Amino acid sequence: MKKRGDQRKTNPATLPKAPTGIQGLDDITEGGLPLGRPTLICGCAGSGKTLFAIEFLVRGAMEYNEPGVFMAFEETSEELAQNVASLGFDLKDLAAQKRMIVDFVSIQRSEILETGEYDLEGLFVRLGYAIDSIGAKRVVLDSLETLFSGLSNGAILRAELGRLFHWLKAKGVTAVITAERGDGKLTRHGLEEYVSDCVILLDNRVSNQFATRRVRVVKYRGSRHGTDEYPFLIGERGLSVLPITSVGLTHEAPTDRIPSGVPRLDTMLGGKGYFRGSSILVSGTAGTGKTSLSAHLIDATCRRGERSLVFLFEESPSQLLRNMRSIGLDLDLWMRKGLLLLHAARPTLYGLESHLVTMHKVTDEFKPNVVVMDPVTNLSSGGTVNEAKSLLTRLIDYFKTKQITTFFTSLTAGERSEEATDIGISSLMDTWLLVRDMESNGERNRVLYVLKSRGMAHSNQVREFRLTNRGIDLVDVYVGPGGVLTGTARLAQQAREAADQQACEVAFLTRKRQLDRNCLALSSQIKALHLDLENAQEELKKISAQEQFRTATDAQVRAVMARARYADPLANGAHPTNAHPRKEV
Amino acid sequence: MPASVTITRKKTRPPSPARAAQKKFMLRLYVAGTTPRSAQAILDAQKLCQQHLGGRFKLEVIDIYQRPALARDEQIIAVPTLVRRLPQPLRKLVGDLSNAERVLVGLDLLVRGEN
Repeated sequence: MKKRGDQRKTNPATLPKAPTGIQGLDDITEGGLPLGRPTLICGCAGSGKTLFAIEFLVRGAMEYNEPGVFMAFEETSEELAQNVASLGFDLKDLAAQKRMIVDFVSIQRSEILETGEYDLEGLFVRLGYAIDSIGAKRVVLDSLETLFSGLSNGAILRAELGRLFHWLKAKGVTAVITAERGDGKLTRHGLEEYVSDCVILLDNRVSNQFATRRVRVVKYRGSRHGTDEYPFLIGERGLSVLPITSVGLTHEAPTDRIPSGVPRLDTMLGGKGYFRGSSILVSGTAGTGKTSLSAHLIDATCRRGERSLVFLFEESPSQLLRNMRSIGLDLDLWMRKGLLLLHAARPTLYGLESHLVTMHKVTDEFKPNVVVMDPVTNLSSGGTVNEAKSLLTRLIDYFKTKQITTFFTSLTAGERSEEATDIGISSLMDTWLLVRDMESNGERNRVLYVLKSRGMAHSNQVREFRLTNRGIDLVDVYVGPGGVLTGTARLAQQAREAADQQACEVAFLTRKRQLDRNCLALSSQIKALHLDLENAQEELKKISAQEQFRTATDAQVRAVMARARYADPLANGAHPTNAHPRKEV
Repeated sequence: MPASVTITRKKTRPPSPARAAQKKFMLRLYVAGTTPRSAQAILDAQKLCQQHLGGRFKLEVIDIYQRPALARDEQIIAVPTLVRRLPQPLRKLVGDLSNAERVLVGLDLLVRGEN
């Protein structure tokens, strides 16, 4: 009882796993194959079963210090060593270091005659002997089904295979058993009935004349696992499964910026340009200047002494160089300095997976700071749209982890909405520029705007986009009551505005002069009235003085006359009346 | 043809079994441990050889548990296996030898389809 409890403690909730070391596979299986249990790898001829198995062993021996036994039923150890030497696996060296044993099991039907009951103890003994001689932790049986072609008693074989898998588990080795795909079944001889812990299916499908290898974890008892089909490649360093989920979105987000090469575009992008390591998409219809925008970025990057890598899917390198020369960008210079690499390949040259390998390889070798793919939409002609999207996702993830700024151009069909066509990949993009044609007044003009740009305050304005012989020029469009105008319409509108302005000025001046004159007239009137007033006042003064003098004179005369008549002085000093003096007289 | 041929059940004498029958047989019987099946196989092998080869054979019994490297070198998968090392070509008779006729066919001592 106590022992059981201890055992439970040592077996945590998660299944112990043996990492395969195969790039990407351990992400799908969340750690590797079930430790100490058999795993079935099934697939058609040429799907990479043997390579999968051998890499599992080699990585185990080299990276995880787990020696392995390879029981080869189909190839001799020399053949096997030769076949995997191209992947950098030195089986003979590993064998010499006692980290790996390749045991070739030859079953020749012509040599064998069955004479009664038998069992496969010979196989067990050989396997056990090999395991014990190097302390192997991993075992590959490639492929057990050869037994079925060599021995005819199916009932015995089945019983023995069942026993073999129990035996392997009891031995505690992590085993990989390969098997040929059968019609409607996972394996031709139903091996999946015996290996129930983990089943992985390899597939090599041809669609649109392109072969793509895929891997799927059909079953993984006691563990979570990715259930999708993941494309995988057989590259120069073995298998690599490229799951979308492989990159756990943990890449660093740098905060420094790199200029776009077009100063006014930098202004639109918060004044500083793109984020380093971000992904930029430029979409637009044909001939809208997408490639030119990318060339500006390349030019600016190389000018700083950084490296640019361009994947061309449409133009040849010399064509691009010539075309960019016409807008004043001398990319030849950067090529000569070794800062620029143009890698041209038709999308239809080979399958998407091969493109992916090539791009990974070239990127690893050249170590660029900026990668341009022009145009990314053409990739879908090398596969389906979904495949292209999945490829892009993986590429972007890959570039982001390396902090490489990526610039994609996307050709959108004219009649469809630009935004709808790129909806698939746009969510992966940090910055999305849209270049489009505006057709009016018998001409097409390009406008550019920033549809989105994560993490920066970007302009919401539409700019007119002009290709000049000195590169790209961004001009403010005319926005007014007449709508958004570009090109000659913008020029015409500007001229019209200038004319209107002038007319206004003239009218103002005329009116001003008129009013000035009115003022002048009024003030002269005021002056005349003043003069009249003065005249009147003078007249008034004059007549007042006259009257005073007359009155004074009159009184004097009367006084003189009174004196002459000896009249009494007036009591009041008032003027004596004519009657009274007379009466008194 | 010499008269010392010991096969009695043969009516015709096709070249290959006849030639094979004249030569000395080098046989190895691989068994796994001392199971009843192993014991039976050893007995059967000895009996058949005695009957059909007289003294012209050498039978070596090998326990693969004791000599696993030999099992590897001789490409033994199933047990019991009776290996005819000589005369050439190499033959492997897989099984407990309970089907005597097939054993004889396998050792080229009996032509298939006869009897």
